[in-house]
Amino acid sequence: MHEGCQNPATCPMGRVLSRRPGWGAVPECNTGNPATTGKGTKTNVPSLRGDPRRRRSPLVHVAVGAVGVVLQVLTSGLMMGFVYALVAVGLSIIWGVMDVINFAHGEFLMVSMYSAFWLYTLLRLDPLFSWPIEMAIVFALGYLTYKVIIRRVVDAPGLAALLATFGLSLVLRNLAQFLWTPNYRFLNETLVTDKRLILGPVVLGMPQIVAAIGSVVMTILVFYFVQRTRMGRAIQATSLDKDAAKLMGIDTEKVYAFTFGLGGACVGVAGALLSSFFPVHPESGALYSLLAFVIVALGGFGNIKGALQAGVIIGVAEALGGFYLGTQFKYAVVFLIYLLVMQVRPSGLFGW
Amino acid sequence: MLRVEGLSAGYDGVPVVFDVSFEVAEGEIVAIVGSNGAGKTTVLRAVSGLVRPMSGRIEFMGRDISGLPAHAITSLGLVHVPEGRRLFAKMTVLDNLLLGAHTVPDEKLVSVALGEVYEIFPVLKERAGQKAETLSGGEQQMLAIARGLMSRPKLLMVDEMSLGLAPILVDRVLDVLTEISKRGVTVLMVEQKVEKALEMADRAYVLQTGRVVLSGTGEELLGHPDVKKAYLGM
Repeated sequence: MHEGCQNPATCPMGRVLSRRPGWGAVPECNTGNPATTGKGTKTNVPSLRGDPRRRRSPLVHVAVGAVGVVLQVLTSGLMMGFVYALVAVGLSIIWGVMDVINFAHGEFLMVSMYSAFWLYTLLRLDPLFSWPIEMAIVFALGYLTYKVIIRRVVDAPGLAALLATFGLSLVLRNLAQFLWTPNYRFLNETLVTDKRLILGPVVLGMPQIVAAIGSVVMTILVFYFVQRTRMGRAIQATSLDKDAAKLMGIDTEKVYAFTFGLGGACVGVAGALLSSFFPVHPESGALYSLLAFVIVALGGFGNIKGALQAGVIIGVAEALGGFYLGTQFKYAVVFLIYLLVMQVRPSGLFGW
Repeated sequence: MLRVEGLSAGYDGVPVVFDVSFEVAEGEIVAIVGSNGAGKTTVLRAVSGLVRPMSGRIEFMGRDISGLPAHAITSLGLVHVPEGRRLFAKMTVLDNLLLGAHTVPDEKLVSVALGEVYEIFPVLKERAGQKAETLSGGEQQMLAIARGLMSRPKLLMVDEMSLGLAPILVDRVLDVLTEISKRGVTVLMVEQKVEKALEMADRAYVLQTGRVVLSGTGEELLGHPDVKKAYLGM
């Protein structure tokens, strides 16, 4: 809960804050206690209440508060960065292996979020437990996307594959709008809703913590899958040299379809994790598509470690930019970083 | 073991090899020789399924394999070590070898094959953890052969092993094929180093502008006046 709120249960800020993409910094609460919403204490958190430090000179107080704010912004950015990274890993794998930019990636995420929403609404299955189902659904969606659409255009010249995925994204988005209306839907009563962890000056929302941990775990699992298993090696080999892979007896068609599914599985998990603190609507995935593209370009195509590092950079940059320059500029910061890196290192910060 | 009859193949509808027929019997070393651009590589690519034959019949172990996808042909025990090695450069030597055994489901058999391959090429064991791109040219060629042996093929087709190697290495690398053959693997090799290839091979075919113009035992062809004139500079 944020500073100065008298009644956490009824506080409107708490609800809104925990669902905002830029969730992080702790703004003032209009319904709060007027005594503690003054200028100097703006950045305080409940743990400091009654703290002897409060009696220190105002300057020290502001300094302590400022450090707390920076920590808060950094952790929030870091946590979102992990989720961005997982979304980007999915895009990156597909891109790295078959040179196809999946423009429907964000819509895959949206499908996962709706799946989580409906499983919760209809069957009372909490996203904390239903994520394997979302993962399987979007894996299947990715697999079928390859088999039905991409297979026909993957070797076609020019922008055919890109336009095909773009078309698919429009279809999915509009289908969602047709079936479920464009209204924002919320998962209000999940196991993590409105729970938070207070670490000194830093307040972390439980949905964000779970999302961050889940994303890191999934990213590591995907990394080890690709590095250590037979199928993973086949994926790497196909991405490096398709004809040579065939000569190894690798069915590259199967690898392509599986890879598309694996990319989908990544957003499937990410969507499940995000559904507990982001509104679910037909456009939910659009922003992630764009961010994932930037992260993949920064991290290097097909580079999972690079995607994780770049995801964190983008998450933190977005949070810092949003806090210091204003929320309306946070993506400007992200894309500025992207433009600058592309000028200096077109293959990405960690590219091959 | 391998019988190719009337094979025509090429790229984008334009044939490069015409009506090529040859045979490889079990236990033999057979060479296809010829100058640059004669169509040797295309013949191998058609046999291994990387290029779809335009006409003709390719029979392996009594089974028609023309038109099968490449990965299915590999699983039958016909392995193609391609021109230019085509290693997975960013992967380790060990990963390259394990990829060679992709069609072998039994992990025990894979480790047996790995042991055999390390016995033939001890240097690969030393370099197992290195990325393939960090190996020298000769070592890379050995890795390409070793990778091909990992699935314990019945027939190994090797394309231009000597390409890009220092002359001193060429003999050493080519001698490996003789050793492999002694271990019971049938070998079909394509080579521009005509003299060395004919010395090693039991039988050979000479390919010129996409057609087989001569065939016979290695010795016969070495003594053939046309071969001497065209390829051996005598």
